Amino acid sequence: MSMLNACLLLSSALFCLGLAAALVRSNAILVLLGIELMLNAANLNFIAFWRFGPDAGHSAGVMFVLFSIAVAAAEAAVGLALVIAISRHQRSIRLQEATRLKG
Amino acid sequence: MTFAFAFLAVLMVASAGVAMLLRNLIHSALLLVLSWAGVAAFYLWAGAQFVAFAQLLVYVGAISMVVLFAVLLTRRSAGSVADVEPATFARAAAGLLAAGLVGGVLGATMLRSHFPTATGEAPKISVHDIGVDLMGPQVAALLVVGVILTVSLIGAVVIAATDPAATDKEDKP
Amino acid sequence: MTAPAPLTDSFLERVPLLVRDFITGWFPEPIRWVVAGLLAALTILLVFATIFALLTLLERKIIARVQNRPGPNRTGLPWLPFTEGRVFGLGQPLADGIKALTKEDIVPRDADQVLHFLAPVVLVAFSLMTFAVIPFGRNLVSVDLDAAVLFFFAAGAGTELAVFMAGWSSHNKYSLLAAMRALAQLISYELPLLLSVVPVVMLAGKLSTTGIVAAQAGWKFGFIPRWFVLSPWGAAGFVIFFIAALAESNRSPFDLPEAESELIAGHLTEYSGFKYALFFMAEYFGMMALSGLGVTLFLGGWQAPLPVLEVIPSYLWFGAKLMLLILLFMWIRATLPRLRMDQLTRLAWKFLVPLALINLGNAAFWHLSAAWPGLPLQAVRYAIGVAVIVIPFFLIGRRLSAGVAPRTYRYAP
Repeated sequence: MSMLNACLLLSSALFCLGLAAALVRSNAILVLLGIELMLNAANLNFIAFWRFGPDAGHSAGVMFVLFSIAVAAAEAAVGLALVIAISRHQRSIRLQEATRLKG
Repeated sequence: MTFAFAFLAVLMVASAGVAMLLRNLIHSALLLVLSWAGVAAFYLWAGAQFVAFAQLLVYVGAISMVVLFAVLLTRRSAGSVADVEPATFARAAAGLLAAGLVGGVLGATMLRSHFPTATGEAPKISVHDIGVDLMGPQVAALLVVGVILTVSLIGAVVIAATDPAATDKEDKP
Repeated sequence: MTAPAPLTDSFLERVPLLVRDFITGWFPEPIRWVVAGLLAALTILLVFATIFALLTLLERKIIARVQNRPGPNRTGLPWLPFTEGRVFGLGQPLADGIKALTKEDIVPRDADQVLHFLAPVVLVAFSLMTFAVIPFGRNLVSVDLDAAVLFFFAAGAGTELAVFMAGWSSHNKYSLLAAMRALAQLISYELPLLLSVVPVVMLAGKLSTTGIVAAQAGWKFGFIPRWFVLSPWGAAGFVIFFIAALAESNRSPFDLPEAESELIAGHLTEYSGFKYALFFMAEYFGMMALSGLGVTLFLGGWQAPLPVLEVIPSYLWFGAKLMLLILLFMWIRATLPRLRMDQLTRLAWKFLVPLALINLGNAAFWHLSAAWPGLPLQAVRYAIGVAVIVIPFFLIGRRLSAGVAPRTYRYAP
């Protein structure tokens, strides 16, 4: 197994952990953290291909990760602001209880 | 080389996995920060120095702070500082099943497929190269990211800001 | 890192590198770089731990002098001859160290045991890591990274996490309040700190600390150094950097997280014995690292202020500049009262951040007008550079202090 395959396996393991967190946990903050972990796993792939891929050294991989990190920061800020707003409106951050808009 | 990779992989997966199982919210968040730091170490190991430090700065320095702040601002009672109630069994089972299926598909694909890999020197990218790239071919993307960050910052402030009159009413039991 | 010392330097200049090469010479070639790295880490640890010990005494002495009292003067070194056992209280750091080591280490029953233990460890480790990229002299840098400035701030980010861990794990409401205050303060001041560094990186065109020092080499008219602090944008940037550094290292007048009159000792309340000493040490390490970065970025690093003075080795110049900044830290601590929380955040967001952004434009102007010919035009350039930063300073300052009456001293002359 080549190093590239090992890196991809690692990133899929991280992705699944993040997915499990986002699906199973009911705390809004932990769901957000799971999504961040999935984003990180995807970034890891870019660097793995940049380092070991057939077109190694092409700067697009690094650039993509940089932009992805910046967008992840924006996502975290908005997401946590939402969590704070939810907790203020219904005194809990359990996602199952955020059903006010349900018809 | 391989040993370092194995160590980092175990660190990342173990800290993320344990973080998902713990009931203490703060412990989970801190372990996830450790996992993100592991990702940064992986970037460093792969030779992408700038990306590694950016990852550390943004995830360990900024996002973790925001997360911890959100934990402190949303906790309700002083007694159970950050314990989270477990999910219902059916929900947990369904979620784990879905994640396991995705994991199985991904893992099987990775194990069975063969990717062409470059042989030779590890690629090098200096800060200067990144700067030239950002200001040259990627300048449109850079501008868009700047706009996104500004808009999201303002949006986050608007969403999280309190309306003093409204909170006064709500806080009365 | 393992490059040999160039022979063009004076002997004193080369002494540290010669000592390093001498010691690494005992080991076989393949592990020499490991030994060199360990040696650098050990040297930094020993030198800065010693400076820390002496600084604690110096700070107490200076603050005592400002407050018109003698300060610690009893603890001597009894084995020194001709001193009757008392030398300016020089034994005080030693006594403090022994006290901290032998005191009982109390961990509250309800505390989060693991995090309570990890917090001081993480704090000291991260604050020591920042020293790795600071060039202490010509060729004297532990790791010459391409993205060194970014590394400095990335490593500094870990210390914020440690402060939070300490405050939360203590299970004490004062500690938790302090942790929230600390987070708000550190996040707020990270922004002006980074924004004041950006112009330096922009004009030097490099993120590596050695490269930034090299960009400040040379003399104008043969005797004025080309340090960044001597240009209008550099001076403004340095002042913003220094204020933000005061806040980032939790020093007075920004010591709200551990305000002892309001929060007992903030996140340090439940720490005792050696762990408390570790926190104390980390605070000084953070102060020294930020001062070192300030010296590197704005004050020309290890370079001498006059061509004649270059006979004095570079590391001594770096040390002198570092001590100057640290004395400034202490002077400010002895002089200014503590800010209120709202004043603190207002200063960062409404004053320092806009000024730092304007300063960024100012630096861009300075860079674009570098080729203006003739002395008169250069004088105009200098005047514009000063005006661009001074006029907003007064305008924003006026607006922020509007409605606040000047302070009156009713009971003091």
